[in-house]
Amino acid sequence: MDLLNHLALGFTTAATAVNLFYCLVGVFLGTAIGVLPGLGPVATIAMLLPVTFGLEPVTALIMLAGIFYGAQYGGSTTAILVNLPGESSSVVTALDGYKMARQGRAGIALATAAIASFFAGTACTFLIALAAPPLSEVALQFGPADYFSLMVLGLVASIVLASGSLLHALGMIILGLLLGLIGTDVNSGLPRFSFDLPELADGVNFVVVAMGVFGLGEIIANLHDQSDRSLALTRITSLMPTREDWKRMIAPILRGTALGSALGILPGGGAMLSSFAAYSLEKKVSRHSAEFGKGAIEGVAAPEAANNAGAQASFIPMLTLGIPSNPVMALMIGALIMHGIQPGPSVMTEQPALFWGLVVSMWIGNLFLLVLNLPLIGLWVRMISVPYHLLFPAILVFCAIGVFSLANTQFDVYFMALFGVLGYLFRKLDCEPAPMMLGFILGPMMEEFLRRALLMSKGNPLVFVTRPISAALLVISAVALVAVLLPALRRKREEAFQE
Amino acid sequence: MAMPIRSPKDFWAGLLYAGFGSAAILLARDYGWGSSSRMGPGYFPTVLGSLLLLIGVASFVRAFVARGEPIGGIAWKGLILVTAGTLLFGFLLRPAGLVPALVALILVSAAASVKFRFDWKAMGLMLVLVAFCALVFVKGLGLPVQLLGSWFRA
Repeated sequence: MDLLNHLALGFTTAATAVNLFYCLVGVFLGTAIGVLPGLGPVATIAMLLPVTFGLEPVTALIMLAGIFYGAQYGGSTTAILVNLPGESSSVVTALDGYKMARQGRAGIALATAAIASFFAGTACTFLIALAAPPLSEVALQFGPADYFSLMVLGLVASIVLASGSLLHALGMIILGLLLGLIGTDVNSGLPRFSFDLPELADGVNFVVVAMGVFGLGEIIANLHDQSDRSLALTRITSLMPTREDWKRMIAPILRGTALGSALGILPGGGAMLSSFAAYSLEKKVSRHSAEFGKGAIEGVAAPEAANNAGAQASFIPMLTLGIPSNPVMALMIGALIMHGIQPGPSVMTEQPALFWGLVVSMWIGNLFLLVLNLPLIGLWVRMISVPYHLLFPAILVFCAIGVFSLANTQFDVYFMALFGVLGYLFRKLDCEPAPMMLGFILGPMMEEFLRRALLMSKGNPLVFVTRPISAALLVISAVALVAVLLPALRRKREEAFQE
Repeated sequence: MAMPIRSPKDFWAGLLYAGFGSAAILLARDYGWGSSSRMGPGYFPTVLGSLLLLIGVASFVRAFVARGEPIGGIAWKGLILVTAGTLLFGFLLRPAGLVPALVALILVSAAASVKFRFDWKAMGLMLVLVAFCALVFVKGLGLPVQLLGSWFRA
């Protein structure tokens, strides 16, 4: 069977000593930054990207992926133990998880989170293995017009799923597309928006923007409200869920996994949205809905399964289509390009070891997390008690050195400072930076596909509606956009985000 | 009668979008429009710039119509010190070397926090961090910078 052959290839790639080691490093670092509030996977992956230059591409990707899904585990550990969600995706876990901890069931809540995450991770590994080959088959049929429309759909979806104002999401996307165009135009060789600076001839590196907006911008914002973190740590007694607990967690885990996988594939979706959606779904369908917010085990199991599923499912569009669905995936694409691999449907056929090695490593990484996490809880708890005013200069140092090492130029450091200021401004104005990062990555690609599509159709814009794939994608985009704009649905969406 | 701004966030975001959009259109003027079948380098930027300008205007208009939250205080101290520290790091790295650049970055940015005290513990931690970076990035990963730059050599 093809699937088994693929997975066997993946195992032989992922289970080498080097790759296992870096997988472990990745999930360990990921958990650590997941524990620390104020340091997210985007900034961490951006910081470590330059360090991975010396590694094999597959090893680098395995480690970076580990950071991403490891962060989901770490975030929930602190959410449960001290009511401090380390990541935005574990905000809802804190609602019931912390209540469980206060009732002396901290160990069970942690175990539930770990089991739910592991199950979702395993299911998603299989989902990727099953869904990726047919998807890239389809993607190979895509012409330039279809790709353009697919990116339009991606951007529209990220608008629809963004939590803030639609107008601002749209504005940020277009701003990102424009920023992505900085640098030499590949077709004419003309430097655009470069202000005659030779340092801008190759454009602004994605990592510089990401570190500025997410790293520096967040530090500045965090410095503003430094509330004391009083840690009311609860003792962990029993880890083993009771029979009743098992019975109550199975259905929520299954529903959370399904919902998380579905939302994770969508651009702009991913871990945070998945966990929020899973929690509100569970609250509606559960027989124990009265217990929600008071320590219901379903309120931990469902969002934890969903955020891990969402995190992993977001690899599907990245690996098969070369299209990032969130900023972390955009960084992954950046990593592929830096290692000389053009992301897209051909990765699977041309680099099967890389593709399947990465997929299998996710399952191995999830296993590491399950085994490692519970014994290391003491370490994580000690880590959160590091005060922020001692932590943030260190983050800043790693950002600065990391950005410098990209091209060994201090101009990247200056640009990072500039984007840090912009990032803080955006935050103050409620303009979400994530859609901008998507636009930034897609900008040059969209222009190129638009150019090619129009070249082939001799300037006839109808090509986007006469090709069936492209037309279908555009119709879906239009429907999604209209649906959000309709007042009735709009109110629903706002309600969903308020929960 | 002056119209009151009812949503300051929309107001400033609108100005920001409109500013970036107009700048893009102005700069792209000289890039060559081309034709639809052969898009010039100015085609896509002009289209995007116009869209952004429109969105900016829409956000600007909304600022006077819909009610929004106030922006809240700007963390000037953090904004200025973190930015200044980062710029200083970039400026010092080549001529002064990694160690002075790191010390400058850490001291300037740490001053942004109200809780930070320049006591022995903080200084010790700073030295550990600087030593770690020197060992890992310069000795270990071969980052091409000097620990002490030309300023410190006669």
